[in-house]
Amino acid sequence: MKFLIKITISLKEGMLDPEATAILHALANLGFETDELKSAKVYFIRLGADTVQDAHAQATKMCERLLANPVIHHYEIEVLQ
Amino acid sequence: MRFAVIQFGGSNCDYDAHYVLSEICGVDTDLLWYKSGLSRAYDAVILPGGFSYGDYLRAGAIASRTAVMEEIVRHAREGGLVLGICNGAQILAESGLVPGTFTINAYPKFICKWVYLRVENAETAFTSMYREGDVIRIPIAHKEGRYVAPGDELADLEASGRISFRFCSPDGKITPDSNPNGALGNITGVLNETGNVMAMMPHPERASEEEIGSVDGKKIFLSMIRHVEMNG
Repeated sequence: MKFLIKITISLKEGMLDPEATAILHALANLGFETDELKSAKVYFIRLGADTVQDAHAQATKMCERLLANPVIHHYEIEVLQ
Repeated sequence: MRFAVIQFGGSNCDYDAHYVLSEICGVDTDLLWYKSGLSRAYDAVILPGGFSYGDYLRAGAIASRTAVMEEIVRHAREGGLVLGICNGAQILAESGLVPGTFTINAYPKFICKWVYLRVENAETAFTSMYREGDVIRIPIAHKEGRYVAPGDELADLEASGRISFRFCSPDGKITPDSNPNGALGNITGVLNETGNVMAMMPHPERASEEEIGSVDGKKIFLSMIRHVEMNG
């Protein structure tokens, strides 16, 4: 079966996010009032797997081996289809 | 004695490192395209600066997952020296050869400037030609150079003398003002547990000749050569 997987990589709680801070300031310059802004990277991956669990397991391996850096990131996996 | 400089797609300090090693320091050095692998045994491997794979994903992340890195991990496990400079340091951190990671600068822009470093440990294979506490002048050029490590690993690094360089003021003080990228504890040079792998963000190959402003970085290469001479 084919699955569509969404992987979200974001910074661990408490990690400095300089890009987010810069974007927050830019929004403020445009007149938007915001309390907080966090950034994240999202990957959509299509792959073949026998079951939803198998698709999830493959995505977990991708995160652990390449997509996330465990020093600073955590990741979330959603099997969409 | 033979050193190797590894070239990835996007490396751009490879020729500088090769030139300084072979012409200034007088050590036989091969330039190796990463796909050709380590074609023979080397005493030391240099991962040079640049933008391997365009810094896609994270700086150093993709280069660190290439086949040649598996060979370099084996080389390191067997006691061979590995020096990662700038993008090379990012690759070493991404590969897990040194703890922690180098991520986007606290003020998120590319910084290219001369800075001062304090030598924190002069009893390593990479720093033995310095004295502890020496202040050296050397350039940095990076956007993702802010060193980050979990608290327990930082304590371990401190306790085991595996911090080689910290950003400092011209008179050797470790201050927030002398920290260009927001690195944890001003750290910009770290070693692995066995002391034969060092990752550093500043560029010693750009500080190895009087004509370009400083020779303070040259002692890193000379220390490596001395280590190889003394350890065979």
